[in-house]
Amino acid sequence: MVLEVKDVCRYFGGLKAVEKVSIMLNRKQIVALIGPNGAGKTTLFNCITGMYRATGGEIRVFPENSKPLRVEHLRPDQITSKGIARTFQNIRLFQNMTVLENVMVGRHCRLKSGIIGAVLRDRKTRAEEKRTVDESYSILKKIGLEKHVNDLAKNLPYGAQRRLEIARALATDPFILLLDEPAAGMNPHETGELNDLIVRLRDEENLSVLLIEHDMNLVMSLAENIYVMDYGELIATGTPAEISSNRKVIEAYLGEDLSAEA
Amino acid sequence: MNEKKLNSFFIKRFGPTWGFVLSECTKSILTALWFMLFTLPLVVVKVNTINRTITWRWNYVVFLGIATFILSFMWRYFIRKRDARAGSERRQINLALFHDPKYMYPSMGIIFVIFAVFPFVGSLYQVTVLSTALIYVMLGVGLNVVVGLGGMLNLGYVAFYAVGAYTYALLNVNFGLGFWISLPIAALISTLFGLILSLPVLRLRGDYLAIVTLAFGEITRLVLENFGVLTQGPSGIRSIARPGFLGMHLKLQQASIYMYLIILGMTVLTLFIVYRLENSRIGRAWQALREDEIASKAMGINISMTKLTSFALGATWAGFAGVLFAAKTTFINPASFTLWESIVILCFVVLGGMGSILGVTVAALILTVLPESLRAFSELRMLVYGVVLVLMMIFRPGGIVDMKKKHYNFNNNVQTKEA
Repeated sequence: MVLEVKDVCRYFGGLKAVEKVSIMLNRKQIVALIGPNGAGKTTLFNCITGMYRATGGEIRVFPENSKPLRVEHLRPDQITSKGIARTFQNIRLFQNMTVLENVMVGRHCRLKSGIIGAVLRDRKTRAEEKRTVDESYSILKKIGLEKHVNDLAKNLPYGAQRRLEIARALATDPFILLLDEPAAGMNPHETGELNDLIVRLRDEENLSVLLIEHDMNLVMSLAENIYVMDYGELIATGTPAEISSNRKVIEAYLGEDLSAEA
Repeated sequence: MNEKKLNSFFIKRFGPTWGFVLSECTKSILTALWFMLFTLPLVVVKVNTINRTITWRWNYVVFLGIATFILSFMWRYFIRKRDARAGSERRQINLALFHDPKYMYPSMGIIFVIFAVFPFVGSLYQVTVLSTALIYVMLGVGLNVVVGLGGMLNLGYVAFYAVGAYTYALLNVNFGLGFWISLPIAALISTLFGLILSLPVLRLRGDYLAIVTLAFGEITRLVLENFGVLTQGPSGIRSIARPGFLGMHLKLQQASIYMYLIILGMTVLTLFIVYRLENSRIGRAWQALREDEIASKAMGINISMTKLTSFALGATWAGFAGVLFAAKTTFINPASFTLWESIVILCFVVLGGMGSILGVTVAALILTVLPESLRAFSELRMLVYGVVLVLMMIFRPGGIVDMKKKHYNFNNNVQTKEA
């Protein structure tokens, strides 16, 4: 196991956006989180990554070579440095920075140089900077964005922007990757590429992936395990086959047609 | 008749080029006619209440009409030019001189030598003006760290400038401390004020941040004005010592030159340090913060620390500039540290190009030297500032010089060259 979310709640005043949700993610597993809009999926992501503080519950991560950690009280940047990276539903790139710089910002929490180092540009800082550039470039190459290295992020085509978000998240050296609707707005061809990319990341980078997605084809083909949320609560858990035949899920989310198809 | 119909009517008859010119002409004529009609009573009729006579000044209407027509036509022409360019890559001012490292260092060296030799050629007045301009360059580049890179709108920047200036003035007048000792002390105290202000600022964004910093600037000025026991109130502090040169007492001319050279040195130091910071881990974190705070958090950037360093560092440079200002003028009072100063410095950053060191430097130099050479039109200064800002926002929203991005070349996984 790499991530355990136990009875996490998040209330906004009287609104229970997330109510006692528990999720488990195993090493090198791809798990999907689905549900209708407003079900609380993104809120749960925000709790895990520290953007919101959970009202209650526990979130544990299990790094490979060290002791398990509780992360629900940490700041977002601390959680990122513990090895959880995420992407955003509505693309949040650093628009006026180049593609390479975007990825280099992702390396930030793994680097050390400070103000004095930056001004003096001593040997250590220069070495670190050069290493960062090379590492960032190899990440871009892996994702297939090496042609765009010097382009501004805002000038990239939509699909490439989505991939850059993933590249930037990878740059933080995570072992858990949270993807918030990575296929939103993509055409079937791009979705297919994304599918391959996620599988490749799991196999080559030893990543465990938790993803929110509305594209059922992608979810059914990728996920080993699916969690379904509705009105802030978990209404079902299981393998793709189990979920697509679950009455409750069909009523709340999938609808008759899609479940018949699947 | 609506605009589109007018356009298509002319373009159909006279072809795209002449049709366009004619249709724009027609629109401009219409604008001019409307303008003449509306301003008719104001411009034409002049009532003399004492002699009880009315003068009709019809010729004024004609001048006004012609002026309106020309301005309106130019406006339309430039808007069209801008729109035609919008699709394609934006034209860049050719700055190969500053971008290619092969030319960069020599050209910068030449510019530095010109600046360094200037005081021995120019008159005392010119040297003073240029000293002021260089202090503004420092301020502009310092504010650029906060606004251009960090993306935090700071309208109270002049407060830190004031803190620097008053620290030196008070230390010098009360305790007889010299310039070189006071310089780091004043910068440190400015930094401290920056840190204090950044505590509430950490939680604020955008407009709210602007309001808080604006208030801070005004509070500082009011304290300086009213805390008479310490600051001598609105009458200010007189006879602040200029820096001595190896214990010698310099004449006015020599002292100005010496001061100018110190300011030049500090400016170069500022430019160097900010340039290095911009292309570093810290600089990238600042820019990321400017672009998207939430994404920066998710990328492992400690927002509080990053904002703090940006704010405090900006304050440090203002502190340095303040000391230089106090030492240069030998007299300071709160009137030098009004909101207007903050806005002028902000203008340099916006006009020069957010985040672009070169742009801010050029803008600060031009906008301080130009008003001096156009003293005859000094009443129009505010008006010109306003017009220039509006025009810039419409035609070059990125500023005079766009922020330069470091360009990387790769060859088979290995970084080959940085340009």
